Amino acid sequence: MLSSCFAPPQPERSVRIDAYGVIIIMNRQRVVVTGMGWVTPLGHDLDTVWSNLTNGVSGVAPIERFDARSFPTTFAAQVRNYDYNKYLNDTAVHETAGQHTQFALGAARQAWDQACLGSYDKLDHARIGMYLGAGEGALDFDNYAKVDLAAWSAEANKIEDEQWNKFALEYLDSWREIEQEPSMPAAHIAREFDVRGPVCNCLTACAASTQAIGEAYDILQRGDADVMISGGTHTMLHVLGVTGFNRLTALSNRNDDIQRASRPFDRTRDGFVMGEGSGIVILESLEHAQQRGAQPLAEIAGYGSSADAFRITDMHPEGRGPARAIQKALKQAGIDPHATDAHGRPFVHYISAHGTGTSENDSIETRAIKAAFGDNAPKIPVSSIKSMMGHLIAAAGAVEFITCTMAIRHGMIPPTINLNEPDPDLDLDYVPNKARKAQVETCLSNSFGFGGQNDTLIIRRYAE
Amino acid sequence: MSDSVVITGLGPVTAYGIGIAPLWNAMLEGRSAIGPITVFDPTGLPCRIAATMPDDVLEIRKIVPKSYRKATKVMCRDVELAVAAAAAAVDDAGVVTKAVDPDAEPTIDPDRFGCHIGAGLISADVNELAQALITSRTDSGGLDIGHWGEQGMQNLTPLWLLKYLPNMLACHVTIVHDCRGPSNTITCCEASSGLSIGESLRVIERGDADACLTGGAEYKLNPLTFLRQIFAGRLATAANGADPTTIMRPFDPDSTGTVLGEGGGILVLESGRNAADRSANVYCEVASFAASQSRCADATGLNITPDDESLATAMKQAIDRAGIAPQDIDAVIPFGSGVPNNDAAEARALRTVFGNRAIEIPLVTTIPFAGNCAAGNGAVALAVGAMCLKQQKIPARLNTTAADGLNATAGPASDMALRSVMVSTTSQGGQNAVVVLRAPAA
Repeated sequence: MLSSCFAPPQPERSVRIDAYGVIIIMNRQRVVVTGMGWVTPLGHDLDTVWSNLTNGVSGVAPIERFDARSFPTTFAAQVRNYDYNKYLNDTAVHETAGQHTQFALGAARQAWDQACLGSYDKLDHARIGMYLGAGEGALDFDNYAKVDLAAWSAEANKIEDEQWNKFALEYLDSWREIEQEPSMPAAHIAREFDVRGPVCNCLTACAASTQAIGEAYDILQRGDADVMISGGTHTMLHVLGVTGFNRLTALSNRNDDIQRASRPFDRTRDGFVMGEGSGIVILESLEHAQQRGAQPLAEIAGYGSSADAFRITDMHPEGRGPARAIQKALKQAGIDPHATDAHGRPFVHYISAHGTGTSENDSIETRAIKAAFGDNAPKIPVSSIKSMMGHLIAAAGAVEFITCTMAIRHGMIPPTINLNEPDPDLDLDYVPNKARKAQVETCLSNSFGFGGQNDTLIIRRYAE
Repeated sequence: MSDSVVITGLGPVTAYGIGIAPLWNAMLEGRSAIGPITVFDPTGLPCRIAATMPDDVLEIRKIVPKSYRKATKVMCRDVELAVAAAAAAVDDAGVVTKAVDPDAEPTIDPDRFGCHIGAGLISADVNELAQALITSRTDSGGLDIGHWGEQGMQNLTPLWLLKYLPNMLACHVTIVHDCRGPSNTITCCEASSGLSIGESLRVIERGDADACLTGGAEYKLNPLTFLRQIFAGRLATAANGADPTTIMRPFDPDSTGTVLGEGGGILVLESGRNAADRSANVYCEVASFAASQSRCADATGLNITPDDESLATAMKQAIDRAGIAPQDIDAVIPFGSGVPNNDAAEARALRTVFGNRAIEIPLVTTIPFAGNCAAGNGAVALAVGAMCLKQQKIPARLNTTAADGLNATAGPASDMALRSVMVSTTSQGGQNAVVVLRAPAA
């Protein structure tokens, strides 16, 4: 269909006010997942990564991007042997893409192909939108440091501005600078797939891509688009990224045992392990998916978002924000967290934890899950794939969302590896070390960001 | 009004100062804030002008509650702007938050108070980082990475990273005002504020909040951030000696680019029901929102193609969703950045949507006054749009002598009957956001 400057007919949207004066939009669309793709430290395609996740494989290795041997942390989970060009129609136009954008382009192509959008000849590109939670690009540290050092005035004990300008114009690469904008992955994907509907990028630290998927879901529910490309991408594996997290003492520095360093929920956990990569999904109104005969892989059933409004450095000790995000998502999905089925099973069958492996996160997340599920909490398997692929920061929520969808489709729950010494205060079922076969109909995925943004999604097996 | 979403508080922060009054008065008087850059020495750069605040205007320690003063140490300038803007918006709306009075009952239920703030890619302070890097300099002048990892990095304060994360604008604002509803940080360059208000609107409409602090702020006067705009070819160039207040010419064929400003703004967005219940002063209704992505020749969204119709589509959608027709729009606040490619795309879209009326509808541009506040720019534009509707006036226009078939040439402020005002933004990256504001029912 050719694009038109006239808006296509919108699904009718009626609004009502409930008894509390809250505006409720009626006639909301159901939203399904029809495509998924990821580029991660455990591989670059759905099956390889899934096989590694369910086999408990660690993607952690010594940092190769720069010489980190003297850093407090010398290791990370890195994307390796990846070439984004094979995923592109037009390689020349994406030549300047930064690493985060390169990851996202490959993940987006996999998702687009799985959804078979390329072969649908009635696709209206003005009704395809995008909502990413992409991080900023990697700083060009070597050249930046060169400029700073060259422009330093020892006498004045500060940078000499005129010199800085001169060296910066000389040493910095204009494209490497432009490509660092957090909206660049979205711009590149829009160019590659001719996306012309509503496009947005959010960056709420480690919660970003879960929040992006949640908001994309809302946009589809309202009928403001038919298809949304969503997810996230990020790498902070550059000198200042690792420096920043090391200064915050947020990273594990178990340099002598790197593949066993990421140990969420273990008593001896000492911080998170950095990862990098991208997860991209195609979300679609059920109506649109059915119209074109697409196969729904799962359905999004609920989304909850909240702010801690507590401190920029710490989570609220009772986990009030995370608990509220979980409760809001459950309410939207119509799930009673305290109910069980005829077999005594709660109606959530797997929780993909934020589970970073920091002392604070894992305790507070456990508390929040208990606050939301009460007596049912110990009956729900909870695991953290960050134990295997590290923490993908802004992209973490997207790969965990895909993990939930895979768990439903394969009837398998990935483990939390390196969980050998249970923490007496953490008493949920964290699926230690070995994947578990299970009938999974409904999953819950948590992401919490530095500074207090909390987001929860509920993913359910699609049924008519 | 009960099923609508309204604006009840305005908190722009611009080179004129904090709050709507100094900005609005300057715009009525036709006074530009653009001048030579003094916050760093721009010698050697092709653009050396901007709109920045005088030193004594924003004292962040006096703006935040006493109990939060310690946290101002980890606020970069972008965060300070957002925190000051939020304080001004809350004050203007007459809303009692934890910051206003920690012992009083808050006007808005904290669990139902959202926050959506547009932010830029924030660069670390150049001197702060250089002070640390210099400790690891080798004898030949390079950086000793081994020394940096072992010792050099210890010269950065432990919370260094947290100063510069884009979500810190919203994080500090939600902590200060105790907003525990949905909170998000939108990072789409100049479309960020428009997209933030669109998200607040959605969040209130879906029943997830009664009110939101919404807008954006950015400080592009960090030398590295500034340089990125030069690299992107977006900044105006002017001869030495040229009057800085005359360089920024939206839609003028002679325009060479945009001029940056420090600032942004926060608005209080509220469900009509909530505003009515507390008899709040309503500036205007947020009638609708639409967004789109421009088709670009490149992959970074810098060069919108001449056949792009996406901005026009978003404008049409916004007008449709407001339940009105193009002839009901009485004024437009376009982005009008002066970046030739963006201005051309906007002019085309306006001509497509308004046809023969394009030459009649007054275009009100804010950038010749307060500069282009980047991620915060849409919030400045929305605050001005709200004032236009409230006061039934349009402010002066500056500098533009010819405007490609549009009503954008320079002229004084005037009274005007205004029913609906459309605010639109294009951006580096290609995202477009369009909001229709409507005068409150009499």
